[in-house]
Parts: sequence; structure tokens; C-alpha cells
Amino acid sequence: MGKYVTLKKSDFNEFIEKLSKIKPVVAPVAKGKKSFAFAEVTTGEEVALQYIPTILPPKKYFMPQKEKILEFDKKKQDWTPILEYSEKIIFGVHTCDLAGIQSLNIVFTTKPKDINYIVRKDKLVIIGLECNNYCDEHASCAVMDNHLPNGGYDLFFTELKNSFMIHVNTQIGDEIIKRIKLFQEAKKQDFQQLDDLRAAKRKIFKDEVKVGHEGLKNLFDKSVKSKVWKDIDSRCVACGNCTNVCPTCYCFDVKDDINLDFNTGARYRVWDSCQNENFAKVAGGESFREDRGSRQLHRFMRKFSYPVEKFSRYFCTGCGRCSRTCMAQINLKETINALVKEKK
Amino acid sequence: MKQVSLKESEYAVKKGKIVRTKQMTKMEKLFEISLPNGEALDHEPGQFVMISIPGVGEAPISVSSSPTSKRSTFELVIRTAGMLTAALHKLDKGDVVGIRGPFGTGFPTQILEGNDLMFVAGGLGIVPLRSLINFVIDNRRDYGKVNILLGCKTPRDMLFGDEVKQWEQRLDVNFHCTVDKSDPAWKGNVGLITSLIPGVNLDSNRTFAVVVGPPIMYKFVIAELLKKKIPERQILLSLERHMKCGVGKCGHCQVGEYYCCQEGPVFTYEQIKGKHEAL
Repeated sequence: MGKYVTLKKSDFNEFIEKLSKIKPVVAPVAKGKKSFAFAEVTTGEEVALQYIPTILPPKKYFMPQKEKILEFDKKKQDWTPILEYSEKIIFGVHTCDLAGIQSLNIVFTTKPKDINYIVRKDKLVIIGLECNNYCDEHASCAVMDNHLPNGGYDLFFTELKNSFMIHVNTQIGDEIIKRIKLFQEAKKQDFQQLDDLRAAKRKIFKDEVKVGHEGLKNLFDKSVKSKVWKDIDSRCVACGNCTNVCPTCYCFDVKDDINLDFNTGARYRVWDSCQNENFAKVAGGESFREDRGSRQLHRFMRKFSYPVEKFSRYFCTGCGRCSRTCMAQINLKETINALVKEKK
Repeated sequence: MKQVSLKESEYAVKKGKIVRTKQMTKMEKLFEISLPNGEALDHEPGQFVMISIPGVGEAPISVSSSPTSKRSTFELVIRTAGMLTAALHKLDKGDVVGIRGPFGTGFPTQILEGNDLMFVAGGLGIVPLRSLINFVIDNRRDYGKVNILLGCKTPRDMLFGDEVKQWEQRLDVNFHCTVDKSDPAWKGNVGLITSLIPGVNLDSNRTFAVVVGPPIMYKFVIAELLKKKIPERQILLSLERHMKCGVGKCGHCQVGEYYCCQEGPVFTYEQIKGKHEAL
């Protein structure tokens, strides 16, 4: 099944060095205690191979927090659509975040297609990295079926005892392998180690909540009047951290900035959050989600119900970022379990 | 970050030249707009455009004119509510705005053909509905009975007064109007728009009700229409939602699994009945 190569762990630093000469490389780097971020690296020593999900997911490269989409010149009555992109190799993307990127791809390639996103995504090379064990207690990747690789990468690294096993998934990935010349052909014992590791993972990774993958949509569809949202309403501070760190939250605002000449300027897409009070408010002042509980319900429905109707896919990847970042300790797994308990 | 200019983009705007304006009420102003080289907007009744002023912003506005009236221009009626709309109100003939669109799913004019129609417009709802009403009037032979129910706050808030008078006088249109609050000169009905519905004589099986108004109005009007035994799939609603992109991405206009800017703004009651947050 496809091509596999290995890389000695002792060659990893050199690999990243050589990789960064092809294109700028971004990878998870440590940012203080239990905190990681994707940032530019030039040697393997900077890369955190054991990391819990980064503060922001790699979506920041696919849809930047602030993205120019148009430039204007008022006097000339000129509007020019703009595309911003940068060529990068993203190293070390966990399977949950690969699923997040796949979700964004679906959204932005659905008609009307988003040319800005599509071009930018094609300038990015994706190298995945397997989690051999749970990152922490917030992850729910098994119930979301994202604990094992499901494609969406050019190369995929799995850390074995003395080496990395690498799945070469695309032509782009193969060209990198051929160019860097540090790789060996995968041998029988490497495949054996990979098989053993996956078998061990199947024992470690189990549904993290009291409902199975298939039951999640129905659980949320039937939850609209639940008291769970009242409890969340009393705790949520509507800061929007949960949506900012979510790998599949893609809502944005469109804003104009005018330069000091009061003539030229640009239109931007900026990340927005459904947790903001004004998010769904219409010009007449009516809001369809006035309280914080209903806005949190909306966020969950956008992960567990609406995208299933639309794209046959959950938009929760199980990365656990929303729970990790929440200032009010609103916890995804606890919310799901509370809904299950209430239903019984 | 590298930057290139694009020939095509969902965010490309066309230059919309304001060819005529008319202050309709204190709050609402009409703009007649033409696109470069006489290009038609080519919209369907019920669709909307994104209008923008560079440096101020962009907003969704329903097209108020029928595509049957003039090919080379279209009309928007804009209520001043926020920064952008206030800035738009300062513009006049000769000024240029940015136009994207038309967007959304409009009224299904082909499906309506041959059927009796009951238009229910509350407040600003007449703005998008006027597009369909005039479309039907311009193709009057293709439709059955036409009832127009119009409601507004006070007689002074009435939009398109001259046109409304013409609808009232047509022999092929049944016109009913009410105001929430009258003034000394008003001789018509006083009361909510729902009060007009029971009195309309209709054949429920072949009637389509087309309802546009403020969000609060829908559930009350729908209840009256259902009492009249109009089938759920023959009740058409245009939903108002906050919108930023118009192309089904920004997330602001979500109603259940639908994006109001794509699958809507026009929905059948059957489509959205029972849907969380729809009505």
C-alpha cells in the first residue's frame, strides 16, 4: 500500500535543515509549559516532536487571521481583488489537524469556490506526524475517528524505536524524499513495528465519551431544549477563544481599512466568532442567538449536526483545543456526557 | 506573504453608478444603479446584492426592482441603520458604489405560474417583495388571482406610495392595506397585518402565499395562513439574516444546515418548519 521509507532519528536534524532549504518550514515548537505553536524552524532541534495540540491549529496558514481580499483607490474608482499566499512546508501535523484541514478544504472548495483559499492551500506542503499515545485528557480523537491517519498529507511520519516510518502519499512528497536523500527503504521489521504500534494504539484509543460516533448527531439534534445549555449560559464569558482555536471554525467578518491618505485602502477577511453577541444580529436589531447558551449550542451544532447534513462529516476533530482554552472550563467531553446523562 | 492581483474573485466588485435617488421616507432612500457598459444585473426577484463604499464597508441589500422593468438599471431601497447605510444615504446621482451579486435563491417565479398569489408584506418587506409583485404584474396573464396585503407602522412609513396607488386601482389585483397606528388623514384599516388574512377569499390548494417582513412577523402570519389551509410548501418566506460574504462561507447567515445567502433568502415553510432558530 503506497510507498514507505524510513529516516534514522539521528538524521532528523539534518532532514529539517535540508527541508527548510526547499521552502520555509513551520513546525510545532515549545512556547512555555504545555504550550506549543506552529512557527518557522530551520533545524530539527527546534521541533517539538512530542506536543499537545498547538494553541492555534495550522488553519492559520490556510485562512490567515487577517487576509487582504481587495485593494481600492477611491479617486481612480478602482477595486482590485487580491490573493495573499506564502509557500511553506508544514511539518508535524497531527491526524486531528489533518482532519481539520480536510474540513476547511470541503468548505472552501464547495461552490461558489474560494479561489484565495484554493490557491493558498496548493502552495502548502503537509507533513503529518502520528500520535503514538493520547496528548492529554481533553482529546476525543477516537470517537471522532481521527486518531489514525486518514490521508490529507504529502508525507506522514510515525516515530518508531530508532527511526521514523514515513508514508509517501503524493508526488510532491516523493520529490522531497528524492531530493533530501536521507531516507532508506522501509524493511520488513519496520512494517512490523508500525503494525505493532497501530495495534497498541487501537487498545489505547477508545471512545472518550458515553456515546458512539454515529450517535453524536442525534444527541445534539435532540439537545436544543436541554438544561445543559442553561448551565453553559451561566458560565460562558463569550470570549470567542473556543472558535479561534478550533481547526474547523472558519467564520469571518469582512472589514475595510482606509489608509491615512483617505483614498487608498483594502478590504480584509478577519476571523469572526459566533460567540460574539453581534454575530447574528440583523440591521433592525433582532438577534437570533441573544444569550450565550444559545451561541454555544450553535457552536456545537456547527460541529456535530449541520456539517453532517451538509457534508456528511463531523466538524469536530477531537483535538480538544476548545476545552483546553476555555476560561470558564466549558468542556466538550463533559458537555457531551451531560447531554447523554440527561437523555437517560 | 506574497500578493498577486486576481482577474476573478468572489470578492471582485463592479462599479455601480447611481443614476437616480429618491428620499422615500426619513429613513429610506431609493437608489437606481447602472453597471458598466449597460450590463444587466440579471437578477431574479428576491435576490440581493452586496453594496459597498470603499473604506466604509459592505452590506447585503435586496433588489427592489423587477428584472422586467428596466434591463440596464436596478433599484435598491436602503434604510439607514448603521455606518455603511448612513454613508450610502449621503451619496447621490453620479456617485459610484461597489456591487457584487446578485446572490441567493430568489422567488420561484416558474413554480408560481398559473397559481393564485397572496403577497404579505410587513414594513420593509415590501422592498424585496416589490420586485416579485412588479414581475407578476408585468406578466399578469401568467398568474391566477393576485392579492396584495400590505402593512406598515404608520401611513407616513408607506413606501412606493405612487406604485401602491396603482396596484390599488388595478382591476386584476386585490389590494388590502393596514397600518399599526393611524393618523387623522388615514381612512383605511388599522391593525396588524395578520388581521387582513382571514378576510381574503382564496382557493387554498392553488394559492401560494409569499411573505416578507421583519423576523417577528413570520410566526403570526404563518399561523393565519395555515388556518386558511394553505399547504406548507406553498408558503414562501424570505428570511433576513446578518451576512458578510454572500457566497456561503462567512457563517453569519446560517439557519440550521442552510446558508441564507445561498439556499435562501427565500425558503418554503416546509423547508424550515421546526428548524432551530429559523423563525
